[in-house]
Amino acid sequence: MERYGTLALGRGAGPRLMASVEQAGLTGRGGAGFPAGRKMRAVAGGARGRAGPAVVVGNGVESEPASGKDAMLLSQSPHLVLDGIAAAAAAVGATEAYLCVDGGRPQRARRLSAAIAERVTAGIGEVPVELVTYPSRYVASEESALVNFLNGGSAIPGYVPPRPFERGVGGRPTLVNNVETLAHIALIARYGPEWFGSVGTPEAPGSALLTISGAVRRPGVYEVALGTRLGDLVALAGGAAEPPQAILAGGYFGGWLPWPGTADVPASGPGLRAAGGALGAGVLVVLPESACGIAETARVFRYLAGQSAGQCGPCQYGLPDISRALDHIAWRGGDERADAWMRDLLPLIPGRGACRFPDGAVGLVASALRVFGADLEHHLRHGPCPRVARAPVLPVPAGGERPATRSREPR
Amino acid sequence: MRRVLRVNPITCDAHGVCADLLPELISLDPWGYPVIAPGPVPDDLISHARRAVTACPTLALRLESERRSRG
Repeated sequence: MERYGTLALGRGAGPRLMASVEQAGLTGRGGAGFPAGRKMRAVAGGARGRAGPAVVVGNGVESEPASGKDAMLLSQSPHLVLDGIAAAAAAVGATEAYLCVDGGRPQRARRLSAAIAERVTAGIGEVPVELVTYPSRYVASEESALVNFLNGGSAIPGYVPPRPFERGVGGRPTLVNNVETLAHIALIARYGPEWFGSVGTPEAPGSALLTISGAVRRPGVYEVALGTRLGDLVALAGGAAEPPQAILAGGYFGGWLPWPGTADVPASGPGLRAAGGALGAGVLVVLPESACGIAETARVFRYLAGQSAGQCGPCQYGLPDISRALDHIAWRGGDERADAWMRDLLPLIPGRGACRFPDGAVGLVASALRVFGADLEHHLRHGPCPRVARAPVLPVPAGGERPATRSREPR
Repeated sequence: MRRVLRVNPITCDAHGVCADLLPELISLDPWGYPVIAPGPVPDDLISHARRAVTACPTLALRLESERRSRG
């Protein structure tokens, strides 16, 4: 705070900032990639109605296991995130704000509380921010789940509409933004949209925090210009530590891309989507030749199936069935029937849940079938390949069992 | 106005009544949950669709104007 001084957020700053964010072309960095300015405009529009003043929620829960960027940002630049909350609140006319962080990291939460207290002591006169520690489960940080939790309910997604921007915390229009998105909003408030767009590409302006891991020499969080070639990103992370065979782009909601065939693909939402991956929350994992893509995917998918909130049938029952078939193929070689059963079930999942969690999970498997098709064939014909014995590349948190929900026998 | 069928996946409890009453547009997945044919409900099936909506034990099935439906 001493280093940068406070943001000037006087009268009339709100509409100007909203226009700047729109002009900058900032997209959400939490995974969905929705235009940040349009979201602000929707919240501000709702707040003019009878629903009452808006609420801002900073989402720093970071439930994506292979992502570390939000944790890094909250540890190293807490005031940048808090500046972003203040700026976003001024833009949409919010009178209260929340910063949600992983409840499993008490030390980080204490430091953030201290940062919030510093600002109150300094008397900046900005929107009050309440720090909320939050259960760390995969679907828990979905927008409507955050809102449910802040309203005193469970941290599980709701059936939308109404979306949080229409009726969120306390029934008020609520702006939910990832903490990195908020940091970019703070920087746009300070330096303007032209500065923001001075890096990146016309269709994907600005920079992004990427978490690069797997078979690279220097895994970590890197701030890069959007549109940087994947090959250059691997080089930035110290280069490949072993010969790569694929790269997971977008985390466990993203997709596998074959390597080195996609080294020229630009790391941006549109670029990665066109190649069959995603930017998502900025996760890139390099898979070495020594690993089995089928086994890696099966392990992650089993974790994801266990993360279902258990509210919607296709997710609650469909994901475990697909997981069993994929496990069978990965570790026991499976058979044609397991393969056919899995391929029959995969298209039955997307679009049938209250949230997009099941869609993302089966998208990962679909990308594995494309990229590791020859390996799958090998498993089916000759049994599991020797590479299944390698230590896992993709991290899978322990204790990811499903929370207690409606109990009912599967049919 | 064109009408579409939508199911609230959280309240749906896989009773399957809808698929019995409107097999033309609704089938059941392997877990007993309804899969709805894409697109608007044809005029000659609107009354059957209404009956299915009314019969749903958890009120999860709805007939809505196409404009309000998602993506």
